[in-house]
Amino acid sequence: MKNIYFDNAATTRIDDNVLKKMLPYLKENYGNASAIYKLGKESHYAIEEVRNIVAETFNCNKDEIYFTSGGSESDNTALKGIAYANKDKGKHIITSKIEHPAILETCKQLSKDGFDITYLSVDENGIVDLDELESSIREDTILISIMFANNEIGTIEPIEKIGKIAHEHGIYFHTDAVQAVGTIKIDVEKMNIDSLSLSAHKFHGPKGIGVLYMRKGIKFNPLISGGHQEKSKRAGTENVASIVGLGEALRISYETLDEKNKKIKELRDYYFKEVEKRIPYIKINGDLKNRLPGNANISFRFIEGEGLLLNLDNVGICASSGSACTSGSLAPSHVLLAIGLPHEIAHGSLRISIGKYNTKEEVDYLIESLVEIVERLRNMSPLYEEFMEENK
Amino acid sequence: MDYSEKVIDHYTNPRNVGEIEDASGVGKVGNPVCGDIMKIYIKVENNIITDVKFKTFGCGAAIATSSISTELIKGLPIEKALELKNGDVVDKLDGLPPVKIHCSLLAEEAIHEAIADYYRKEGKMSEEEIIKKCNLKHHHDACPHKLKG
Repeated sequence: MKNIYFDNAATTRIDDNVLKKMLPYLKENYGNASAIYKLGKESHYAIEEVRNIVAETFNCNKDEIYFTSGGSESDNTALKGIAYANKDKGKHIITSKIEHPAILETCKQLSKDGFDITYLSVDENGIVDLDELESSIREDTILISIMFANNEIGTIEPIEKIGKIAHEHGIYFHTDAVQAVGTIKIDVEKMNIDSLSLSAHKFHGPKGIGVLYMRKGIKFNPLISGGHQEKSKRAGTENVASIVGLGEALRISYETLDEKNKKIKELRDYYFKEVEKRIPYIKINGDLKNRLPGNANISFRFIEGEGLLLNLDNVGICASSGSACTSGSLAPSHVLLAIGLPHEIAHGSLRISIGKYNTKEEVDYLIESLVEIVERLRNMSPLYEEFMEENK
Repeated sequence: MDYSEKVIDHYTNPRNVGEIEDASGVGKVGNPVCGDIMKIYIKVENNIITDVKFKTFGCGAAIATSSISTELIKGLPIEKALELKNGDVVDKLDGLPPVKIHCSLLAEEAIHEAIADYYRKEGKMSEEEIIKKCNLKHHHDACPHKLKG
């Protein structure tokens, strides 16, 4: 059965042009970029060309761009790297409650090692509390890390304002921009960003490759020691093909940005409108204005997320949920709880993330399928039965 | 999620979904914090469970375990139904992923609660006797997430 793919926030299909650009580096151009001979030098030049593309995209210097294995590694390096290299200045770090586990788990590790972490609250739309940020800043705060846009509910944070606050107090500001890159124009100078994480597979590039932007002058310890690659900040023979893929994917994403976003937003808003019209007892999660154009997170009252996803899978639709059962633990999404959703509403959430390859026909098919599935699951639900009894 | 064919069958085509208007006993277990709630209705005639229906809020495993449990106890004398263990449910489903085993516990408890409710309506036994006979534990009341509040 064909895949009707609505999980672009999880990963994206690689662009055919990206794959084409990568192939020579998986075939005849296999040289180690550190080698002295021509075959190696060609790999080296390919990497440096991408480094330039990335630097230009974000308005920074190519010396400030480091290639990593992805968003998780970039996040780990930014936090641990800065924390350990600057611990004589202070041991306090500020982040938010809705960060990706790559940030939260790293913070947990750091706190076991004597660092003090403040987790800022968010409002019911997922926007970080700026007053709480200001009042949390201490003499010994060395880093603020707030995600650019949230992966579950799509909310875009006031990054420029946060960066400004950080700089007013002389504190480094890092942002996990994994969900935002390829969709939102980012100027690290203008937005007061000192460090940034991104991952290629979120914008139609290959998996296993990302970037850490780190402003010149910031001391940070390498996560991976070894050879002298990436100015000895990240050892390991470079994944040339994937770096080339990342560069091409980034270039393509920003080339047709406005047109692409317009189409995606139209499809997403259409999905919201139709669902609101045809399915009662729903709630849209996340900020309606400051939101990624493709993100559609809706809670369907009285039913549970994994049940929804399995039924959608039966008809070929790929999506995700914030329910406990899909998280692998027994707790529902920490993001949905942080925005104040009661547990049973969090359990009934469905995240649809529309991408550049989705069509209106697919969205129509999704809506028809949802109407039927939600009705069937509600007829099976004791919560729906009780609600109907009470409201006869 | 690594679900068996049987589990997939039971959550795609659940058996005995619904309510019983004048049920002999109703058992409801679980809580919204855990994300699993099961409600089982039984009709008892001459000590035999002649009809069973269920309603479940929960994942694929929760729906599947509810569905197969109703199949397993339909037509049984009450005492035999009380002997049903969660392990039997898991076996009949050809296994469940470890993280989903608690769903089968829920099904066992829902049946016990329904039967306990029947005994209470019958009025022949004391609450203490009912609790003992039906082996009423409250697994989900002790849900770690509920305790954490």
